[in-house]
Amino acid sequence: MKYLCLIYSDESAWNTMSKAEGETMMREYGAFTEGIKKSGQWIAGHRLQPAATATTVRIRNGKLSTTDGPFAETKEKLGGFYMIEAKDLNDAIQVASRIPSARVGSVEVRPVFETPAA
Amino acid sequence: MHWPMSPAGEDASDQVRETVDAVYRADSRRVLATLIRLLGDFELAEEALHDAFRAALEQWPRDGVPANPRAWLVSAGRFSAIDTIRRRARFDATLASFAKMREAEQNSAADGSVDMGVDNVDAGNDDDRLRLIFTCCHPALTPDAQIALTLRDVCGLTTEEVARAFLTTAPTVAQRIVRAKAKIRDARIPYEIPSRAELSARLDAVLHVVYLVFNEGYAASSGASLTRQTLSSEAIRLGRLLVELLPEPEAVGLLALMLLHESRRAARASADGEVILLDDQDRSHWDRQLISEGLTLVERALSEPRRAEGRALSSRHAGPYAIQAAIAAVHAEAPAAVATDWTQIVGLYDVLLRADPSPVVELNRAAAIAARDGAAAGLALVDAILDRGDLADYEFAHSARAELCRQLGHTAEARVSYARALALARQEPERRFLERRLRDAASGREGQEGREGEK
Repeated sequence: MKYLCLIYSDESAWNTMSKAEGETMMREYGAFTEGIKKSGQWIAGHRLQPAATATTVRIRNGKLSTTDGPFAETKEKLGGFYMIEAKDLNDAIQVASRIPSARVGSVEVRPVFETPAA
Repeated sequence: MHWPMSPAGEDASDQVRETVDAVYRADSRRVLATLIRLLGDFELAEEALHDAFRAALEQWPRDGVPANPRAWLVSAGRFSAIDTIRRRARFDATLASFAKMREAEQNSAADGSVDMGVDNVDAGNDDDRLRLIFTCCHPALTPDAQIALTLRDVCGLTTEEVARAFLTTAPTVAQRIVRAKAKIRDARIPYEIPSRAELSARLDAVLHVVYLVFNEGYAASSGASLTRQTLSSEAIRLGRLLVELLPEPEAVGLLALMLLHESRRAARASADGEVILLDDQDRSHWDRQLISEGLTLVERALSEPRRAEGRALSSRHAGPYAIQAAIAAVHAEAPAAVATDWTQIVGLYDVLLRADPSPVVELNRAAAIAARDGAAAGLALVDAILDRGDLADYEFAHSARAELCRQLGHTAEARVSYARALALARQEPERRFLERRLRDAASGREGQEGREGEK
């Protein structure tokens, strides 16, 4: 079963991190990604540009509207994601808990809606 | 035994009905737990359970009560569920339904009990009951949903009973349960006993649910709260079940704690429902049988290593429930309030603070210090806790402060704190108690009684 792990954290924490701390974090992410690729659980995953680069798109009454910024204004911003393959929720929670940002931010684990094969 | 099915056999038929009722009371939760595992679906399993008992009512009077009713019911439920899935598949020919049916059939074949009535050692086994408990108390469900699911599926209370006990409406409870079941299905919360590595944290979640249920029933002890007494009894029943299925020291400790609290039930309130503080209780009304069982369990909880931690631990590392039970045990062993071994209680609170640091534990420790070293020593500690702001909205912090001020003759301060506690109090008997104290303080009367308030 597929789960999307949405990684939320305080973007300013990244900016205030020392160079060494930032490098450690990147190394940990590298090792984590490597690990779930080896175990066959990795499907996709990316770090995102800061929320300031986000554009929200809507069509209302047939008219396109675009606004600057993310859809939801929260202190912790969506900063990246992994799509993983996991046996069940417990398995997915185990994987999500090893994402380095879980220690400073939070990871939302969402099961992917599976359309029954026709 | 065989029961004739002839219309003349009314009595026999009644007897079978009684047997079915008895089996339902004793075993329906076990059968449900196994059906959930075999069918992989809560809703389907509940329907199957009902179908199985309906089939029993039809068939047992004709064919006799099977040698192993539990196994018979599991088989009957499984076949009925497979029928249901087949019927659904005809209308809704998705692979998912077929897959589920195949799974159910394979599971049937796998444990070699396809024949109805065949002894099925796997039917209603203990692991299934543990799976059910751990799934109902999964931390990915809201605490409200954990409690509602546990009371309904593990304890067998009806939705209406759960609603009454929690002073809410049946549709609210029903909706919580529907949402929780949808999450179990859609997020695929597994039906399993957690691995060793997770067991400790997951058992804590289960024990927490049990203790919440107990406290909900224990908090209101007045005459008008009979339905809430049911909650305490159900919590104790759950506690016993856990100790039977997974005798971890913390499960044993929680059961001991609940029994020792429960032993004081009759003494905790006067005939007209007024609160009686621990020190003022008539100890001859304490239930000696519960106390003796509780004391035995405390010793057991403190002497066994916690296996869930994956390493042997000495009693110095006992868990929070075992330590709280030990504190309750010291009270239980004191023949009179003045004979309480406060030094030992303070020592146990020190241990508890290390195991499970919290401002509420600090507050209780302060009350014990007050009892050992005098009200002034306790008041200094209570004020320090309140000054930090941690318990500013906690009723019992203010009532504890008020009691200590009263004992020290600081009447004006006592009044302020009683009023603050009263503003925060929710329970009616608790409110009446505080109002009484407030009146006494206002009229300048000095009470002698009452030191450590129960939380």
